[in-house]
Amino acid sequence: MNLVNAVVQGVLLGGLYALLAAGLSLIFGVMRLVNLAHGAFAVTAAYGSLTLVQHLGWHPLMTLAVVVPVFAAAGFGLQRGVLTRAATRGPLTPLLVTFGLAVIVESLLLTGFSADSRTLPTGQLSVASVRLTGTVSVGVLPLLTFAVGVVAVLGLQWFLFRTPAGRLMRATSDDREAARIVGADDRRVFATATAIALGLVAVAGVFIGMRGTFAPSSGAGVLLFAFETVVIGGLGSLWGTLAGGVLLGVAQLLGAAIDPAAGVLAGHVVFLVVLAVRPEGLFPKAVIA
Amino acid sequence: MTPLLEISGLAKRFGKLTVIDDLSFTVAPGEALGVVGPNGAGKSTMLNLVNGVLRPDEGTIRFAGTDVTRIGADRRCRAGIGRSYQIPRPFGEMTVFGNALVGATLGAGLRGRHAHRAAFEALERTELMSLANSPAGALRLLDRKRLELARAMACGPRLILLDEIAGGLTDSELPTLVDTVRGLRDSGVAVIWIEHIVHALLAVVDRLMCLTYGTMLAIGDPQAVMRDPEVVTAYLGHTVERAS
Repeated sequence: MNLVNAVVQGVLLGGLYALLAAGLSLIFGVMRLVNLAHGAFAVTAAYGSLTLVQHLGWHPLMTLAVVVPVFAAAGFGLQRGVLTRAATRGPLTPLLVTFGLAVIVESLLLTGFSADSRTLPTGQLSVASVRLTGTVSVGVLPLLTFAVGVVAVLGLQWFLFRTPAGRLMRATSDDREAARIVGADDRRVFATATAIALGLVAVAGVFIGMRGTFAPSSGAGVLLFAFETVVIGGLGSLWGTLAGGVLLGVAQLLGAAIDPAAGVLAGHVVFLVVLAVRPEGLFPKAVIA
Repeated sequence: MTPLLEISGLAKRFGKLTVIDDLSFTVAPGEALGVVGPNGAGKSTMLNLVNGVLRPDEGTIRFAGTDVTRIGADRRCRAGIGRSYQIPRPFGEMTVFGNALVGATLGAGLRGRHAHRAAFEALERTELMSLANSPAGALRLLDRKRLELARAMACGPRLILLDEIAGGLTDSELPTLVDTVRGLRDSGVAVIWIEHIVHALLAVVDRLMCLTYGTMLAIGDPQAVMRDPEVVTAYLGHTVERAS
C-alpha cells in the first residue's frame, strides 16, 4: 500500500507546486514574460515570514497577512519601475533583468541570514494528521497546502474570467494597443498582474518554508519545479498548472517510494517525456488571453 | 458653437519623412467629417494622433475644451474619443459581447447592469445581437467591422474615429453599415470617417476633407470638395490614370 500512499502524498505535494507555479503562469500568460527570479522571490518570502516569527512570535500562517501585501506592492512597483521598461527592449532583456534580480536577492539573503538551512516552525500543525485507511494517513499541513493551491488556481481562474478587472487583463494581454484605445491603462493592468503573481509566490514561499527547509540558494530549485509544473501543464494555462503540479508531485513521490534517491529524478523524467512527446503541455488550449 | 475637436498646427515626422504637416481643422459636436486622400496621405496617422496612439512632433489637440496633446490613448478614450481600426482588432478569445463589455466598463466607466446595458445597446445598433455569444475571432469580415464599431460605441464616445470601415465589403453589405454610421451621427456623436468608397462617405458626412502628403488640400461642402480641381488631380486623377 506504499504506492497508494505515495500517490496521495504526491497529489498533495502537487497542490504546493501549483500554488508555486500559478504566479509564473500568470505573468507569462498576461505579459509573455518569463520571471527567472520567481524562485528567489519565494525563498525571500519564507525568510520574511521567518523574521516575523522570530521577532514577533507569530505563527507562520499569521505572517501571510504581512508578507503577501508587501510582496504584492513590491510586484506592482517592480513591474512599473523595471519590467515595463525592460520589456520594450526585446524579449531577452526581461530574462536578463529577472535573472540578475535572482542573483541579487540570493546574495542579499546570504548576507542577511547566512547559508544555513532554515524552516518555519509550525508547532502542532507539523505533526497533526488525518488517517484515511489503515496504512494511508495525510498530514493536516500538506492537506492545507493542497487546499490553498487549489483555491489559488480556482480563484485566479474566477478572477480572469468572471470579473471586469480580469476581463480587462485578458483584453490587454490579447492586444495591448486595442485595449488602450478602449480605455485600458495597460501599464497599470500589467502591474496589477505582477502584484497578484508576487502575492501568490509569497504564499507559496511561506508554505515551502513550513513544509521543509530552505536556504538562500534554494531559489534555483524552487524555480525549476515551478517551471516543470508550468511546462507539463501547458504555458499560460491555469488548469494545466494544477494538473502539471499534481503530475510532478505524484511522479516525485512514486519515484521516491521505489528508491528514496530517485524522487526528484523521476519528476525530471516525466518533465522530459512531456517535453518530448507533447511540448505544448497537457492543456495548451486553455490560454489566459 | 465651440468646437468639440480643435486641431492646430499638427505635425508628425517618421525620421526624415513628414507624414502630417501643419494640419489644422475643427470638428463641431455631432458633426460628421469625411476624409479622403490617396494611399500614404497620412490619414490613418492623423487618426492615431487624434486618439493618442501616436504623439505629434508639433501642434496641439484640444478635445471638449481641454488640451489632450500630451495624454495617452487610454485617457483620451475615457474622455470620449472612440476609434475603430482599418484592420479589425477584436479580442479574439472573447465573445462578441465580451468585447463590447470591455469597452463599456473601461471606456465608458460603467459597472454591472449599466455596463451590460451599454454593451447590448452597442451590439443592437450594429446588428450583432444574434452573434453576442460567438467567439470574436471566428467572425466574418462584415461582422468584424461591425464589432470594431460596436466596441468603440460601447465606450460611450462623443467623437468616433472610423478608419475605412467600408473597405472590403460587398455592395449589398455597404448600406447597413452606412445606416449605422448615420444613426450614430444622428444620436449626437461626432464622426471623423476615412473612406475610399466615396459614395458611402457622401451619404453621411456634413463636410469633407481631402488630405495629400500630410497637408490639407480642401475642406468644406462634400460636393464642392469633390469638384475642386486640385482634389480631382491629386486624388481622383491618380485613379483615372491607373485605370487607363
